[in-house]
Amino acid sequence: MTYNAIQIDNIAKSYRIGMADKHPVTRGEAVRETLLSPFHYLRTRLRAPEEDEIVWALRGVSFDVKPGEVVGLVGKNGAGKSTLLKILSRITEPTSGQAIIRGRVGSMLEVGTGFHPELTGRENIYLNGTFLGMHRAEIERKFDEIVAFSGVEKFLDTPVKRYSSGMYVRLAFAVAAHLEPEILLVDEVLSVGDAEFQKKSLGKMSDVAKEGRTILFVSHNMAAVQGLCQRTIWLRDGQVEQDGPTGEVVSNYLKTSIFSNAERVWADLNDAPGNEKARLVAVRVLDGKGEASGQGRIEEPLTIEVEYAVLEPDTVLNISVSVYDEKGIYVLASPSNTDEVWFQKPHPAGRYLSRVVIPANTLNLGSYSITALLVEEGRYILAQEDGVVSVDMVELGTYRRGYFGYWGGIVRPLLDWQTEQINTDPAVTAPIEAAQVD
Amino acid sequence: MDVPQTVTLPATYSEPPVLVIKPSSGWSSLALHEVWEYRELAYYMLTREIRGRYRQMALGPLWIVLGPLLSIAMNSIIFGTLAKLPSDGIPYPLFNFAGLLPWTFFTSALMASANSLLNSRGLISKVYFPRLIIPIVGVLSNLVDFTISFVIFLGMMLAYGYAPGWGIVLVPVMLLVAALTGMAVGLWVSSWIVHYRDVSTLLGYVTRFWMYATPIVYAASVIPDRWMPLYKLNPMTNIVEGFRWALLGQGRAPDVYFLVSTLLMLPILVSGLYYFRRTERNIIDIA
Repeated sequence: MTYNAIQIDNIAKSYRIGMADKHPVTRGEAVRETLLSPFHYLRTRLRAPEEDEIVWALRGVSFDVKPGEVVGLVGKNGAGKSTLLKILSRITEPTSGQAIIRGRVGSMLEVGTGFHPELTGRENIYLNGTFLGMHRAEIERKFDEIVAFSGVEKFLDTPVKRYSSGMYVRLAFAVAAHLEPEILLVDEVLSVGDAEFQKKSLGKMSDVAKEGRTILFVSHNMAAVQGLCQRTIWLRDGQVEQDGPTGEVVSNYLKTSIFSNAERVWADLNDAPGNEKARLVAVRVLDGKGEASGQGRIEEPLTIEVEYAVLEPDTVLNISVSVYDEKGIYVLASPSNTDEVWFQKPHPAGRYLSRVVIPANTLNLGSYSITALLVEEGRYILAQEDGVVSVDMVELGTYRRGYFGYWGGIVRPLLDWQTEQINTDPAVTAPIEAAQVD
Repeated sequence: MDVPQTVTLPATYSEPPVLVIKPSSGWSSLALHEVWEYRELAYYMLTREIRGRYRQMALGPLWIVLGPLLSIAMNSIIFGTLAKLPSDGIPYPLFNFAGLLPWTFFTSALMASANSLLNSRGLISKVYFPRLIIPIVGVLSNLVDFTISFVIFLGMMLAYGYAPGWGIVLVPVMLLVAALTGMAVGLWVSSWIVHYRDVSTLLGYVTRFWMYATPIVYAASVIPDRWMPLYKLNPMTNIVEGFRWALLGQGRAPDVYFLVSTLLMLPILVSGLYYFRRTERNIIDIA
């Protein structure tokens, strides 16, 4: 039979977003606005939406998936991957276009859907399994397998609210992993649990893939996508940017500049941040190849460049940059203390370019924003540009060695590990002394 | 001679289910058959609701007993002893309890339906199932509370020396009407609550007003005759009076007003179901 398991035909989805509120200027205006707000609200709801209130999450996506194909779906946040999976899972409807799905669909958009904290592990297995579309008989048949996979045997009759987060996630994933639909939609659920469980769940996924099930797999983890999928579709701004063999698509996806705010240049010196003594001219963040691509790789160094103009001769200056992660956590600060030549030295008038390198294997995955400062005499801030440039860190997975899961931490240094065998007898009681005897 | 060309599929071959996903336009069908297909899920959601509700409470299911007893004690002191509201010769606690039984069930059905979409948004945004299951499960879970209260009521009745008449067989019918009335209003409101949270506040006042428009704390005999026809168009008036009649032999048997008020409620219920279906489709896209 040559039919498609999933046939997506020009699917589009739009959302209506509220208009930005205008802040009242006077007190009278504020009072009037509060009193009129219900009417204003109704008016904006009832009239047809204006164009700037509509956001298109998907703009005409079409592709087919053959039975047994394992297809990766990549793209940055907001590209429409999750929206597409939600449409295919019937959680939300498309605005236009249609999709035809042949076969029973199971979706893993989240682990532990419907888990109730007050109910026991046993009760939640049934509950969650039913939510995922399993029948009672099916759950009963697989019950032991699920329990064994999760490793929470001893706590089956304990309310899940007493579980550690690791146990909770393991149980939740175990239920989802034992779904047996013909078509499986998976959204970034493999990034849960500890390292050992990670490996186990990825192994389970590839088993499922080998059984000839059709899988649509959304992930930000390129290593996992490359390990699981032969074919990958790259979504960009709600459209299919590329659809082809995984290696090719992933490498193109990683290459492309995703954010264009990797460089900030002030063309007009009079308008640039700073004062009559010195002004910023440009700030850039460069990837391992020295390009302002907006995307860095964990395994490669990042360079931050600060270009500035000294207008008043002999201004004593230094530069400082700070890095914040997407949650606003202050990751690091680096003043130009180590610049032996120009740190807090009188600068003759002219243009200067300061460079600082963040070594490879420093930042973790995610988006980082960079703040640049121009400081006079170590005390007066002449210019401070918060979040002037940003960079999205991705990874090649060079050092992952088979573990594709969540690698936590604000930073991700590659630290030196060494192990030696200190005794051949595992039962030795005083290992330190024994080592000294050798 | 022509041989008819027929293709026989092997017995093991079964065409996989085909699902077409496309935007639905206007008023889609209720798809009640789908609710039936998902009955197993409804069952688990119901046990989840019932077991989960009382587990974190120190007194647990004892609250099902304590709750009505406390409000009856309160009502008896304020409305019975202090305000001396008429109870048609029945001991006030018993009179009040007979009214509170269907009323409490009705308001919980109303609230469960009204808050169904809002409270289950987490679930709705992660997994597909017919959303109508949520209010249905909400109503059914309150049936457990009702049953327990009802048993206590029967005990209290016997203690006061009352025995239920044959009318008790009509209790399930009246209960069904109370549930459907609660759902009718709740389903309409559920969509509004998602859009405007103010509705939830408003609903609190509406049910309070509705309670005073129903003979719960007083007997219907205090209502002036000229208002009676209008008063009896409130389905809950007929149900509460019907309960008193069935259980205590006082009040009014379900009559033509019961029938008329039920028939008037049905269009609200059906339109509520359609309205709910219409909102449910894109519920996760809102806010």
